[in-house]
Amino acid sequence: MQDCTFFTRKEILRLHGRYHELAPHLVPMDYTNDPECKLPLALIVNMPELKENPFRNRIVESFSEDGMGNLSFNEFVDMFSVLSEMAPRELKAIYAFKIYDFNVDNYLCKEDLEKTLNKLTKEELTPEEVELVCEKSIEEADLDGDNKLSFADFENMITRAPDFLSTFHIRI
Amino acid sequence: MPRKKDIAVMDEVGIEVDGDMSDSDDGATPRRGNRRGGGGRGGAKGRGRGKKPASDDEDGEDEEDEEDEAPRGRRGGNRKRATKKRGGSDEDEEEDEAPKRKRGAAKKKKGKGQDSDEEEEEDSDAGRGRKGKKGGRKGKKDDEEEDDEDDGKGKKGKGKDKGKDKDEDDKKKKKKKDGSSSDSNSNDDDEEESMSEGEIARLREEVEEKKTLIANIRNKPWRMKRRLTHLKEAQAFVDKFEGALGKGKGKWARKWYAYKVMMTKKWIKFQRDFENFRTACIPWERKIKEVESHFGSSVASYFIFLRWMYGMNLVLFGFTFGLVVIPEVLMGLPYGSIPRKTVPRAEQETAQDYSVLMDFNGYCKYSVLFYGYYNDQRTIGLLKFRLPLAYLMVGIGTFGYSLMVVIRTMAKNADVGGGDGEEGEFTFAWKMFTSWDYLIGNAETADNKYASITTSFKESIVDEQENQKDENIHLRRFLRVLANFMIICSLGGSGYLIYFVVKRSQEFATRDDLSWYEKNEVEIIMSLLGLVCPPLFETIAELEDYHPRIALKWQLGRIFALFLGNLYTFLFALFDEVNTKLEEEQAIKNASIWAMKEYYANFSRLMNDSEATPPPMDPSDVIRGPCWETAVGIEFVKLTVSDIQVTYLTILIGDFARAVIVRFLNYCWCWDLEAVYPSYGEFDISGNVLGLVFNQGMIWMGAFYAPGLVLINVLRLLSSMYYQCWAVMCTNVPHERVFKASKSNNFYMGLLLLILFLSLLPVVYTIMTLPPSFDCGPFSGKAKMFDVIMETIDLDLPAFMGTLFSYAANPGLIIPAVLLMVLAIYYLNSVSEAYKNSNNELKKKMQMARDEEKNRRNNTDSTNQVMKDLEDLLPNRSLAPPPEEPEPEPEPEVKPTKTKPGKGVKLEMDVTLASANPNARGPGGRPPGPRGPGPGGPGGPGGPGAGPGRGRGRPPPR
Repeated sequence: MQDCTFFTRKEILRLHGRYHELAPHLVPMDYTNDPECKLPLALIVNMPELKENPFRNRIVESFSEDGMGNLSFNEFVDMFSVLSEMAPRELKAIYAFKIYDFNVDNYLCKEDLEKTLNKLTKEELTPEEVELVCEKSIEEADLDGDNKLSFADFENMITRAPDFLSTFHIRI
Repeated sequence: MPRKKDIAVMDEVGIEVDGDMSDSDDGATPRRGNRRGGGGRGGAKGRGRGKKPASDDEDGEDEEDEEDEAPRGRRGGNRKRATKKRGGSDEDEEEDEAPKRKRGAAKKKKGKGQDSDEEEEEDSDAGRGRKGKKGGRKGKKDDEEEDDEDDGKGKKGKGKDKGKDKDEDDKKKKKKKDGSSSDSNSNDDDEEESMSEGEIARLREEVEEKKTLIANIRNKPWRMKRRLTHLKEAQAFVDKFEGALGKGKGKWARKWYAYKVMMTKKWIKFQRDFENFRTACIPWERKIKEVESHFGSSVASYFIFLRWMYGMNLVLFGFTFGLVVIPEVLMGLPYGSIPRKTVPRAEQETAQDYSVLMDFNGYCKYSVLFYGYYNDQRTIGLLKFRLPLAYLMVGIGTFGYSLMVVIRTMAKNADVGGGDGEEGEFTFAWKMFTSWDYLIGNAETADNKYASITTSFKESIVDEQENQKDENIHLRRFLRVLANFMIICSLGGSGYLIYFVVKRSQEFATRDDLSWYEKNEVEIIMSLLGLVCPPLFETIAELEDYHPRIALKWQLGRIFALFLGNLYTFLFALFDEVNTKLEEEQAIKNASIWAMKEYYANFSRLMNDSEATPPPMDPSDVIRGPCWETAVGIEFVKLTVSDIQVTYLTILIGDFARAVIVRFLNYCWCWDLEAVYPSYGEFDISGNVLGLVFNQGMIWMGAFYAPGLVLINVLRLLSSMYYQCWAVMCTNVPHERVFKASKSNNFYMGLLLLILFLSLLPVVYTIMTLPPSFDCGPFSGKAKMFDVIMETIDLDLPAFMGTLFSYAANPGLIIPAVLLMVLAIYYLNSVSEAYKNSNNELKKKMQMARDEEKNRRNNTDSTNQVMKDLEDLLPNRSLAPPPEEPEPEPEPEVKPTKTKPGKGVKLEMDVTLASANPNARGPGGRPPGPRGPGPGGPGGPGGPGAGPGRGRGRPPPR
């Protein structure tokens, strides 16, 4: 387990504590016989680390195996491992892409961007402004001219972003 | 073993094919899905078999695919143990796989041509099978080696068996594969037992590989479960063979590794803490950020400027107080010891009155705050501190330091990149994807962040709109010329007005019968101009229709020009005053000397004893001169204080009272106060910046005559920071068009530099030409203030220094030196020009390169129409019942150019998601074969592929 994440044994145990805390009656304390248990989205999203994040639902969803936001402990650890500061840029970029891909079609199309933007600004921009911003960002980052961002476009863009690494992590 | 054959071919084709392979590797994904969907293996087989090298590769890829599937299949099996249904879970799987494949492919593209082991390891996420394949390639040279490499794969094959039992759909096609891999497996087992030397070496290599996998596994974007299984496998492998190989360092290596990881973490944490500490040390960072998030960077730029000024003034304050004021207080003669440190008898009654003190007369005037208080003793105290010298040096040093700091800051800001808006190519995209800080876990911070993100988007939008704006350029030019003309007219008019009024006031000064208006004419006119002109300029500036950022600069420049008139009148009045004081002083000097003589004469006559030394006269009785320096100092201090008062009152009344009225009277008013007339004030950037700049000019001019002024200024800046932050947050509304301030505050700095220069002139003039007062200040008794330097050189420095200085002051030396400096400036200037040019060239080139790349990609997309069409057919084919015979079609450009990695996944999605998606472009590297079934497909949902006319040149379906 330790080798699979960017956490030490202690941190993983601590994470498990947190995980257990979220739903004491659901999560068993020992994993010796590998019980199946998952926490629903609503519980995880209420963690203080995620509570204020406009993309909290997307984060949890993209780390859950069923896409509905139910996280097993493994996935829970995985999530914070990717979001930890030890994770490399490429790995973060992949998950960032998934997070921003609202309709899970492996492209960031205009609707995705609009949703992102509205979440970021709490819908304080006028529709025209949203339109403009989305068009501009696609125009900037789209290298193959298909009017949507594939992962290659996204990665190309995000690896040059100066503060992607500093903003895309959660300390736990 | 078909693989060997494939590989042989591959090697012949060379590196290019290697690239192809990686591409078609991606392409293989959808095919697999299709196959699975259709349940038919035949299609794939038929397609794959012996067309030409390319399709042979395909076959190899098939193998890979299956191997790649192995762990996945097992995983799927684990998950859906009960149901054994594959279809549903597969879709999930494919989604998961998508980024992974893309990544693998991207890396491969980079590493194309390098056949190193490292690449292999990196690639391993693109499918374990690749490893086997590469090993196979090596194996061409050495058969044994290949087998050995296969060993790892064989293990996987075993694992695959397990998974495949549950995988009923895939069973058939994998069977063959299993056979082959288990073959090699058994081979390996045999060879392992023999354990030749080469074997061990290779095994060692393998172990190393696994180890790197273990080390890197956390970097793979896999699901946790998959990682865990891989990890366990790899660990088991390592454990098994490492012992056999006698590499006993495992435990220690792991410990060492753990230690390293721990240290890295600690180091990172330390760095983070240090960074936090450093930001915490920047004063008011949070306040400014808060203002910025609500009002935009333009308003914040004012506060940043204010903070910068505060820092600079703190240093000035340190100099002045550390070197002049405090030594004087500690070591100088105490108050009342000599005439210049005593309030004259006539003023003593009122010296403590509040009104007098507020005018900086009375005790204030005869305090350490002003020039006149300082004594002309050459050294004071035990330390023999040369106070007069220090005074002069600090006075000059203030200017020197300020000049240096301003110019340095300007240079540094210019270095930041003249950043007027243009900052890279991904402004919006970066804002969109990286602006949210995932660390935020506090509701208030989150609110601020939302506000700031919104503001920054608005700023960028304004910039963008400005770029897009194209109207009648001639009209705009005409309007701009007109506006400038009008502004120059009004500036000239006000300049003439000021000149006229000042002239008239000089006339008035000689007369006594003046009305109130005539007395205060200059002030009234000045404040009227200050009141009327800025709004007028603003109105005219609207004609110009500049970007608000540029408009702000123009506005600043114009008001600055207007205020220069203010400065001019002030200085004019001041010099008048100084001149009259100088004349007066001459008279008093004689009078006081006469009075002193009189006093001593009287004393000796009374005592009848010329030998006895007379008791000194009471210091408050001595007749003294007007001390023009102190008068000037008081003037500046008064001006500064009144400026502070006016500014604060304006904020209090103009903003706060207005906001209160608008807010609370709105309930009982006939129109909407908030929306219509008074509404809330906007933060007046230009006015505030200019206020700050002019205030600083006053400080520079006055600091020489009133050292206390620096203290007052520091207090003012400090309080104004808090006060204005509060005022702006609670009484102002953001500008209608929030615009981004230019990254460098260089325009403000430029204004400051100008003011610094202007304020330098009068001070240097007074120091160099006017004689200091005879009875007050550190330079009393000297003909000129700078004589104190001569004195020091003569008395304190060795003699040769004096001669050195006299040589240095020789015009024959100074003129060449000046010439040299001019030359140096010229040279540096042209060098920087050249750099700028080349910089622009480079920027242009970069832009061009980027455009070219874009175009190229677009072109490949459009020219490979055939390929697109092919791809469009894909979904249908998958639904097709039995495959038709593939049409052999000559495909010159089938060579996959820039495949979008991961598109294969996309295609598969199309199948499942009713493929209404227009995005289907698919992998480029499709071999010609599989297109056959297309037309026969039972009506693809997207429809485009249903028709038989899928010739080249058909536009992509949208």
